[in-house]
Amino acid sequence: MARFEGNTTRDTIIKTLLEGNTEDMDDKGREAIDRIKGDKVTQPVISLSHNTASIVAGADETFDAIRSYLEEREIDARLDVIGSLGLITAEPLMDIQLPGKARVTFGKVFSEKVSDILDAVFNNFIPKEYVLGQHFNELHEPWENINYVNELPFFQSQKRVILNNCGRINPGSVDEYVVNGGYRSFLMAIRNYTPEEVCDLIERSGLRGRGGEGYPTGKKWKNTLHAPAEKRFLICNAGESDPGAFMERMIMESDPHSLVESIAIASYAIGAQKAYIYLESEYETACRRLQNAIDQARGYGLLGDDIFSSGFNLNIQLHQGAGAYVCGEETALIASIEGKRGMPRPKPPYPSHRGLHNQPTVVNNMETLLNVPVIVRDGPAWYKQIGTDKSSGTKVFSISGKIERSGLVEIPMGTSLREVVYKIGGGVPDNKELKGVLVGGPAGGALTYENLDTRIDYEELKELGCTLGSGAVVVMDEHTCILDTVKYYMHLLEEESCGKCIPCREGTRRMHEILENITTRPREENGSFTLQRFKGVINLERLAHVVRDTSLCGLGQRAANPILSSITAFREEYEEHIFERKCPAGVCQELSTFYIDVDKCTGCTICAQKCPTGAIVGSAKKPHFIVQERCIGCGICYDSCKFGAVIRK
Amino acid sequence: MQIEVEINNNKINAVKGQTILDALKKNGIKIPTLCRLEDFTPTGACRLCVVEVEGMDNLVPSCSYPLEEGMKIRTHSQRVIEARKMIVELLLSNHPDDCLYCERNGNCELQNLAAELNIRERRIAGKKNKAKLDLSSPGIVHDPEKCVLCGRCIRICEDIVSITTLEFRGRGNNTSVSTAMNKGLNFSSCVQCGQCILVCPTGALHEKSYFDLIQETLGNKDGITTVAHYSSSVVVTLAEEFGLKPGKQIVGLINAALRKIGFDMVFDGSFGSDIYVMEQAAELEDRLDKEENLPLLSSSCPAWIKDVEQSYPDLLPYLSTVKSPEQITGAVIKRYCRETENKSKNDIFSVAITPCPAKKFEAQRQEMAQKGIPDIDVVLTTRELARLIKLYGIDIHALEPESANVPFNKSSSSGKLMASVGGTGEAVLRTLHKNVTGTDMTYPKFGKLRGTKEFKELSLQVGHHQLNMTSVSPLKKVKDILPDIRNEGCHYHYLEVMACPGGCVNGGGQPFYTESKTLRDRTKAIHNIDEKSAVQFSHNNKVVRDFYSQYLGEPYGGESRKVLHTQYTKRDILL
Amino acid sequence: MENNKIKKILERYPFVERENLIPILQDIQYEYGHLTEEAVKEVGNYLELPASKIYSVATFYSKFRFQPRGKFHLKLCRGTSCQIKGAEKLEKKVYKYLGIMNGETSGDGMFSLEVVACMGCCGLGPVMALNNRYYTEITEDKLEEIIDDYKESEE
Repeated sequence: MARFEGNTTRDTIIKTLLEGNTEDMDDKGREAIDRIKGDKVTQPVISLSHNTASIVAGADETFDAIRSYLEEREIDARLDVIGSLGLITAEPLMDIQLPGKARVTFGKVFSEKVSDILDAVFNNFIPKEYVLGQHFNELHEPWENINYVNELPFFQSQKRVILNNCGRINPGSVDEYVVNGGYRSFLMAIRNYTPEEVCDLIERSGLRGRGGEGYPTGKKWKNTLHAPAEKRFLICNAGESDPGAFMERMIMESDPHSLVESIAIASYAIGAQKAYIYLESEYETACRRLQNAIDQARGYGLLGDDIFSSGFNLNIQLHQGAGAYVCGEETALIASIEGKRGMPRPKPPYPSHRGLHNQPTVVNNMETLLNVPVIVRDGPAWYKQIGTDKSSGTKVFSISGKIERSGLVEIPMGTSLREVVYKIGGGVPDNKELKGVLVGGPAGGALTYENLDTRIDYEELKELGCTLGSGAVVVMDEHTCILDTVKYYMHLLEEESCGKCIPCREGTRRMHEILENITTRPREENGSFTLQRFKGVINLERLAHVVRDTSLCGLGQRAANPILSSITAFREEYEEHIFERKCPAGVCQELSTFYIDVDKCTGCTICAQKCPTGAIVGSAKKPHFIVQERCIGCGICYDSCKFGAVIRK
Repeated sequence: MQIEVEINNNKINAVKGQTILDALKKNGIKIPTLCRLEDFTPTGACRLCVVEVEGMDNLVPSCSYPLEEGMKIRTHSQRVIEARKMIVELLLSNHPDDCLYCERNGNCELQNLAAELNIRERRIAGKKNKAKLDLSSPGIVHDPEKCVLCGRCIRICEDIVSITTLEFRGRGNNTSVSTAMNKGLNFSSCVQCGQCILVCPTGALHEKSYFDLIQETLGNKDGITTVAHYSSSVVVTLAEEFGLKPGKQIVGLINAALRKIGFDMVFDGSFGSDIYVMEQAAELEDRLDKEENLPLLSSSCPAWIKDVEQSYPDLLPYLSTVKSPEQITGAVIKRYCRETENKSKNDIFSVAITPCPAKKFEAQRQEMAQKGIPDIDVVLTTRELARLIKLYGIDIHALEPESANVPFNKSSSSGKLMASVGGTGEAVLRTLHKNVTGTDMTYPKFGKLRGTKEFKELSLQVGHHQLNMTSVSPLKKVKDILPDIRNEGCHYHYLEVMACPGGCVNGGGQPFYTESKTLRDRTKAIHNIDEKSAVQFSHNNKVVRDFYSQYLGEPYGGESRKVLHTQYTKRDILL
Repeated sequence: MENNKIKKILERYPFVERENLIPILQDIQYEYGHLTEEAVKEVGNYLELPASKIYSVATFYSKFRFQPRGKFHLKLCRGTSCQIKGAEKLEKKVYKYLGIMNGETSGDGMFSLEVVACMGCCGLGPVMALNNRYYTEITEDKLEEIIDDYKESEE
């Protein structure tokens, strides 16, 4: 069997660790562990956060810059990659640890800044303008006058239970994972507990499915464990494909081994010998790192046949999606893995009885599974004290949109949205006013400023017509038009509807069209057109209710959520669009009226040339005019005027 | 296990695990459905059968949801009716508004639903999908714009016929039913059996009509003799189109009606079936004697022939070379009628009335023409015949039965048996027996070849031959016994294949029906005809005998092989 | 597309299981950029599935395409964050400027567009990628500039 990275001694050390015989270890072994862990380093270690977000921001260039810096100056330092701390707005992040000193994180390290920062650090000086903070470790000498990373507002209110390793360890190294306590829970589970007992632990912890309605995970597992079967399967759903949600990708890229461990425990608990991870094919980095993690785990005998002589066999297979949002629904996901069109089927029968290849199958959301090793390690009682009574544990969100600090955050259930948006996210940038928050992606709902004190748990969000869903939190400010955003969601759902059931297939399209009608200027405002528009508006709510009531799967049932929740929350804005034909946020451009400021217009004629309907008249070097009857509100004149003479109202 | 549930405030007893829909049906409550196909696993696609169940957030599809003790169900609450109505309105919003011009006008499930749900106003409107009408195939027209994506055709095509030509393509509101690579039906693996038409709730799939050509020819004969001939299965099904009992035999009325329409001659196509039986019995005996190319595969079903050509070209040598009964009738008419009528053969306009769109395809095959002139000019389905009768203002109830024209006015009941599955085997066996032993069978009824089983087998001794006669229907079953056929030591001698479940009485061109009893009645009618018939054997049909002595010579002899037999070749098609 | 190349891909999947269908199609597309009738046929023969099923599956998933990709493949992020920051305008701009919509390839075979789910860099949206090179904070003008650069590089 292939051994990964390093020599036999390193292998032996890790094996010994996994076996739990640490007493037998000699000093050399302990030293090695300290080195891998980063407690005692003998040479400078530079770790660059390398994940999709940082790559897009330019991490590859930064990496090259660091390498050539080290090479040119012949500096003996280790260059490593780490995952993501979750603070995306500060990517690319770079950590530097000098021997004996605390580890320091720098933010927005673009390639041109590399030499500045490294010059300074190698001269024992921390350039404050780039630094994010240092990491506390009692074995290290702290830097003076540098704050700690976990004291930053972004991190302070978070409780990192499942994100703990993210951005701290090398996602490509099983050894780092193991020396930080990895795979201990798995081995504990297969050595000390029966599958039934593991299910019990999870049930007592109060863990509920993070993806949808919050079904108790332990109960789900037991249903499957007790269903008569030839085989059982576990499927980890890590294919969020939600616009605005990047949490699952980030975790897979930053800490793939904890997912492998989680899946291993869950498979053991339900008696599955084969597990699948479903993820989007776009997640190339995540995919590569996960496959690497699986191979490494197999290399240490943590996967495969007769794992650590327990008699338990497990294989994990990656299944890359081919682009279908509806595969988030479990029966559609199963169909997709079976090589079919990812269309859902009616339930019952539930997958816990008839799932993949008609065998009992557990489909768990990735985030749900990640809680499992923690529960096994620290016990259900410890876990249950996090969060609220009915919703225990933490919830990971990806916050983005009009917000100061976007990124990946983990908070205990029951935290208010206000805390997430203002304390962690830093509120809306540029002193703009917060208008509302979209929770849970296209299938979620819209919340207003007044709803911000809502505590994040299953029950409270459900009351407001939202679900935790994908964990996407998108912040809107006064310049975001709620109708435009809902329209965008509806368009997405229309495209992603599988087309099987009528209400979702036709309903999403009609709802999208009605919103389109409301937010654009009709070609002609004559009788029948106006009537049609108003009929649409009157029927929008009714249609949305039917779509929610009758659709086959979660996608359709929740497709109406954005509309229904936003109509409740932002009714006024809808009415302004419909009756006054105005978009208060100024986003629905076609509803705007354009004028030319006679004083500012130089008569350059550019707007007249670009106007697609010839609605702008005027002679050269004289102020122009817009003929309102002809204007379709496309806004090209507004965009093309160099003198700010076109005014939008 | 018996449980008690409450439906619309009435307590009823039901069986646990039964679907809500089944229980409702039993209790006389009608729930609309669209995607449902009896005996198939519910797909839950159309959502029309939703009902309200107390304690559930959303409405529940009754077709797939199992009953549980104490369930409280409301089937026609305001919420439910509004939901169903909205769903149909959504369908209509993407449906062409050309009901008056539609094939299925007056016989359309969508139209009925709209009427039943009292949709009288267009509340939802919007963009409609545009799609190309597929007219490529001679048998079946596919109009995707009228498709409601219920998926019934796809399920039939896969699970009954197992040709799997039709599948969903794309997704969301761009979904359509399509062939592989979106080719025209004629360039696809479609065998044109038309089972998809039978299950299509709208006019999205229907047979291709050649009414114009018929009308024009009938209206402007100009020295052309117009001839109509009908298959035996049409005789027992046409009655349904006129509100008569399924299975009622109205052959005399058909003759009368066709004459009224204006056909110069009307022939009973079962005559061709008798000749088919004669030829195939001789061919089978020949192969038995030579012990080669066994089992003999029947060749009466054009859908099956196309399937062999494209899917199992290695079986082509086993395929019988006899043309189908309809094509035999066609060939005989065009060749020999001119001698009796003394007319050049171009002057015959031959219309075959069949249960089958694949016959339309067959009639256009190169093999079925002589010097470029097709043996059959137009093929009509049973449904089309009914429309033709109506078009010419004929009140079928007021007609007096007439008999068909000589010479093809008599047929044996063997020829008629071919309309139901197993019948071909039975008929061939009867004549083979006579050929081998010189005597007629005393009890020529074979229960083992009748009935609804998909694969039937009969072993018996005929003279010195130990025979294994088998019969397969629908087409999907062929796949299961394929290894047997290909096996060196295959012990079957004759294999009859009918693409449609139940044979031609259930052909793709037959009247639409909803109850499975209809199909049983049709089959029973065919068997009754045989029971009561004075001439049960093809070889005892005097007209046939005379015809052989006058024109054809010996069965499977020189002349008949020239006229009544053909060869098929491999087709290269994307399967 | 050469037949034996497809065969080589098929060899990676020794078990004739329908489960392999999507991975096989992905491999073929990875190798050739798109799927063809030939591929549908070969895969069908190999997995003993009717061509219609393969075509059906391939058309269901948005990643599969039957049209060749352009020489320059444009990926546009449609994540919510990018949307709020104006990504929809960019899609329209591409249509205006190159005449192609999502999943299409321009007539000269130069450009193709794919609108993808969140690329994961919401802080720097709108984001796009051209032949796997990322561009952040794209505006309509910037988009035009980038496309022009590529066009010029060809001339």
